[in-house]
Amino acid sequence: MRSREGLFFALIFPIILIVLFGAIFSGNGGPATVYVQNLDNNSAASNLLIHELNSTNSMTLVSVSPTQNLSKYLLAHSDPDGIVIPSGFQSDLASGMAVNVTIYGNPASTTSDTVYGVTVGVINAINLHIDQQALESSQKTPPAPVGVDSLSIKSQSFKYIDFLVPGLVGFAILTSPMFALVNISAQYKRDKLFKQLSLTPLTKSEWLLSKIVWYIMLTIISFVLMTATGVALFGAQITYSIWLVPFLVLGPVMFVSLGMLVGSVSTSVESAAVVGNLVTFPMMFLSGTFFPVNSMPMWLQNVAHVLPLYYVIDGLNNVMVYGNVSAALVDLAVILVVVVVFFALAVTFFKWRED
Amino acid sequence: MPSIEVKSLKKSYGDLQAVNGISFEVNEGEVFSLLGPNGAGKTTTIEVLEGLRERDSGEVKVLGLDPWSKGYELHKRIGVIPQGFRFFEYATAREAITYYAALFDVKVDADSILKQVILDDAANIYFRELSGGQKQKVGLALSLVNDPELVFLDEPTTGLDPAARRAVWEVIRKLKKEGRSVLLTTHYLQEAEQLADRVAIMHHGAIMTSGTPEEIIDEFGSGEELLLRADGGLAEYLKRNTDLEVSYDSGSVIVKVKEKKDVVTAVSAIDKSGLDWADLRTQRESLEDIFVRLVGERGQEEGVAPTVR
Repeated sequence: MRSREGLFFALIFPIILIVLFGAIFSGNGGPATVYVQNLDNNSAASNLLIHELNSTNSMTLVSVSPTQNLSKYLLAHSDPDGIVIPSGFQSDLASGMAVNVTIYGNPASTTSDTVYGVTVGVINAINLHIDQQALESSQKTPPAPVGVDSLSIKSQSFKYIDFLVPGLVGFAILTSPMFALVNISAQYKRDKLFKQLSLTPLTKSEWLLSKIVWYIMLTIISFVLMTATGVALFGAQITYSIWLVPFLVLGPVMFVSLGMLVGSVSTSVESAAVVGNLVTFPMMFLSGTFFPVNSMPMWLQNVAHVLPLYYVIDGLNNVMVYGNVSAALVDLAVILVVVVVFFALAVTFFKWRED
Repeated sequence: MPSIEVKSLKKSYGDLQAVNGISFEVNEGEVFSLLGPNGAGKTTTIEVLEGLRERDSGEVKVLGLDPWSKGYELHKRIGVIPQGFRFFEYATAREAITYYAALFDVKVDADSILKQVILDDAANIYFRELSGGQKQKVGLALSLVNDPELVFLDEPTTGLDPAARRAVWEVIRKLKKEGRSVLLTTHYLQEAEQLADRVAIMHHGAIMTSGTPEEIIDEFGSGEELLLRADGGLAEYLKRNTDLEVSYDSGSVIVKVKEKKDVVTAVSAIDKSGLDWADLRTQRESLEDIFVRLVGERGQEEGVAPTVR
């Protein structure tokens, strides 16, 4: 009861959690961007389908030229949602033959769920309409319904866990260094251990560097362990690409610096823990670790774009899921700037000797 | 060249003038003590000398170097135990020494250092489980890792029981025998008396006096005294029959001895009086008494019986 910070945390934290989760899952994420490819030569039927999809107002349809390979196009734009209307759509419909519309999606993304649901709804409505027409014109054989082919955006059969891994790696990159360094820096400051170390030839840069090296190593080991477990237990398929390395290196640097900064400017170990948690927990949930960012309400998505961890996870997603190196490089550029700023601040506020 | 030279050192924290223009020197191979009550400015002074705090003004040279700007170089040549020494909770004493030695890039025999500070029986115990005295000894051990020519000890026996205190004193005496210079701050008068070649008494940020304990006692002390247990009657007799300065305090008669023949005068007068007496002895005013007078408050002694007056 005496620890005011402890009390604050015990009471306020559950409220923060509820607010966060409520906000994340409140409302719609705004219309998902869906890339539509009409391979049926702009036939009336295909245009009608597109019109119906549009009027649901749950998707923003972007038209893609028939000459593109849609799944590659989706990857290049880091968007999991696409719809392909096959060639012969109109003629198959007219002759009562079965025809399938292809929906591309990401099993881990709720936008894909929405897109799938809405599209199926529209197609069902069309099917009903066709049946009704058939009934009225007393056709002998019932027309085959329009069906749906649901494909995931990667050509191999990817599982949910494959899309979960980048978020979880990001989680590890954030939490390990943050919790450890907030605690260490505040505790050492209190115990005057930095003052003690300043009596030796050790410099504060060397000390900070040693922590950074440690957490980079820990991150890489965690990454290997996590992916190995995912593969062994759940049959996950992991893309091990060289482009993972910058993220696995810069991520820890960023959060070691941030943790150090929080601990150095705090006046006590308890207040450091509170501030550390206030910084870490929202970032943990809002950066796309467990729930994709584009499933959150627009205003929350804007918040996410300000969080450093978002760019780490987005970058990992781009490398491991979409194979979209150019987008990953953009993320990397942002991370680089943030790392420089955090590191500079951490070194400035890190007092080796007191005064 | 003196190990430490301080000229008009000043340091304040906001409105508080912690050190107000002090000057002193510590010679090579001597044990020098800054003696004073808490808040006198001893720790601030020693931290400035160790290169841990920046001074406001004055000249400071430690081993010929400015400790704040040349701290990196200086730290390789000095040993320090700060007040309230702490270390990593889960390091053992031996590991602490090896780690420290690695930082200083020197090879040490951890066991011999542990023996030096009489800690060899606790070599493998985690720091957090050591007693207060043992923790201080680890601090002492670390301060010796780089074989320093000058050692700074800030209140090294505060909070220790008498046995531990005496053990630490032994180590400090050994340091002196090895030819190292030692600057020691303490508020234990007995410690200063026992260990120091020279003492500076500090109070409210200023040095009130400095010199060897004997010099200080000679200068400020009221000289030698004759003590005996007797009742007030004898005191009155002596006062009436001699020129001597006599005082009486609950069963003790005190005679001030200004010259040698005062002793003879006193003893023959006592004999002539025929009054009862016991336990005759001589006593010099101690550093404590002087300290108390100069500083105007009780020095802090733990577990020591008050002197008979």
